Amino acid sequence: MDLIWDGIREAARLWWAGDREIIEITLRTLAISSAATAIALLIGIPTGAVLALRRFWGRGLIVAAVNTGMGMPPVVIGLLVALILWRTGPLGDLNLIYTPTAMVVAQFLLSLPLVVGFSLASIQSVNPRLIGQMWAMGANRMQVLWLLVRETRLGLLAAVMAGFGAAISEVGASMQVGGNLAGETRVLTTATVLETGRGNFEVAIALSLVLVVLAFLVNLVLTAVQQRRPVT
Amino acid sequence: MTSSPDAHLEIRDLVVQRGGVTVLEISSLDIPRGLVTVMIGPNGSGKSTLLGALQLVLHPSSGSLLLDGERMDSDPVGTRRRMAAAFQEPLLLSMSVQSNVELPLRLRGVNRQRRRELAEHWLQRFGIASLARRHARQLSGGEAQRVSLARAFASQPEVLLLDEPFAGVDAPTREGLLEDFAEIVSETKPTTVLVTHDRDEALRLGDHAALLIGGGLRQTGPPAEVFERPADRAVAEFVGMENVWPGQRSESGVYRAGGVRLASTSKSVALGAPATLCVRPERIVLSRDGDGSGNQLQATVRAVRPRGPVVRSNLTSGRLTLTADVPVATWDELRLSVGDEVTARISPADVHVIEDSD
Repeated sequence: MDLIWDGIREAARLWWAGDREIIEITLRTLAISSAATAIALLIGIPTGAVLALRRFWGRGLIVAAVNTGMGMPPVVIGLLVALILWRTGPLGDLNLIYTPTAMVVAQFLLSLPLVVGFSLASIQSVNPRLIGQMWAMGANRMQVLWLLVRETRLGLLAAVMAGFGAAISEVGASMQVGGNLAGETRVLTTATVLETGRGNFEVAIALSLVLVVLAFLVNLVLTAVQQRRPVT
Repeated sequence: MTSSPDAHLEIRDLVVQRGGVTVLEISSLDIPRGLVTVMIGPNGSGKSTLLGALQLVLHPSSGSLLLDGERMDSDPVGTRRRMAAAFQEPLLLSMSVQSNVELPLRLRGVNRQRRRELAEHWLQRFGIASLARRHARQLSGGEAQRVSLARAFASQPEVLLLDEPFAGVDAPTREGLLEDFAEIVSETKPTTVLVTHDRDEALRLGDHAALLIGGGLRQTGPPAEVFERPADRAVAEFVGMENVWPGQRSESGVYRAGGVRLASTSKSVALGAPATLCVRPERIVLSRDGDGSGNQLQATVRAVRPRGPVVRSNLTSGRLTLTADVPVATWDELRLSVGDEVTARISPADVHVIEDSD
């Protein structure tokens, strides 16, 4: 019990003192996970919309793959990205292994199925006749997509939360493709694993609390947007 | 095929299939400019399919749809922006009433000021200006349908496509909405295609009617003519000709059906030729004593069913079964009950004759 209390006290001290390393790691975590989530949203929402609205050969297979991807273990994604970006791998010449970019790629691949899956479910729940009315009002493809996003914003914000949650909380893939290099690819999850391994539980608890508070704050903002009473 | 000069929409050799089955087949139909064309027909007759094809949301297997002589599918978005649609469900988006009405204009790139002006005008016209800031989800069914119609008119469409927009609202609300709609349509004169099941609505709003049965066009013409002068037996049954009797011509202007002699001023068929005789139930007048004019049939009341403003009574005369709708006040005066003998009077002008083809 003392260990936990000591950890919480140390966490409070580090926060209070504005520990530079913790701030850096926190900002890096936020930047990598936000970038991965943003790319997943850009690609995932239109993909979810197409899967929801169109019937084509192989659609069932893609939806099954998306559903499988929603529960994909991060270490499998990490291994896949590591193999591709490894020095001797197909994209080894890009020298991306053990860089923040590689971590963005891995986290993007983890978030993408969640964003596609949530978007697909949200958009599929829209009354098909309402979509017909959007076309009848003279909307073009992009405008229909915009109206669908607007109409399903509650579900899509759940997609954002799920995608960001998956990205910021994963550790295996980040370790595999980022390498947990100090000052370069160390993020809150990998740093927590490292400090736990070293027996520095106070620091590990401090990092974990930062991670939890960060995830909570981001979700608090998204929830506030989601639950806000629409005016226009 | 030449188009009539006032045809705004032209439907030519249209075939729509679903799962390999033909659900709509129309060789030629013109929708006149600036008039209300009512599409009537039973469920599954293809009315809504036709409307879907005109909105370019259903893709025909073959044929062409022309707007002002140009193929509509050559520029689907451009074509849809010349039209507007409203359905039985109001289909409003999750936004305020004002934003809903402005939306088609916003999609067309109309500036904010103009959007606001037009939306305010149409909200005013449909009597819902006070609801402008309310969220669409907070409206009653009647209010939502008014918003839906205001939205359709706000984009100032050349063509208005309406799929039973008055069917989902309660009777008193519907009455007011129909009145406002009729007034607005007669002022603005968009080319309107109105799908409806309702005879009163068709007669009140329609300038022209097209009747579909089983995916095919069976009759076109003024609505009163379609309802009073059906082209064939299937049409007669659909338009509520409750009295449809097989008969044959016995002499000039006189027919026999079920052992009863009936005079008709309808078109003539060859002597002895089989024909179908049709009489609308509200055209049969019952009385305790005949007054000597028109066809006078001695009949017995067999069954009675109150139906709102009328009493529907089933009678027999000879081998004929008659259905008559008697206004409640008249019924109360006659004090009729099952088993009573009455005189059923039918004017020869109300006996419509259909020449049997086989």
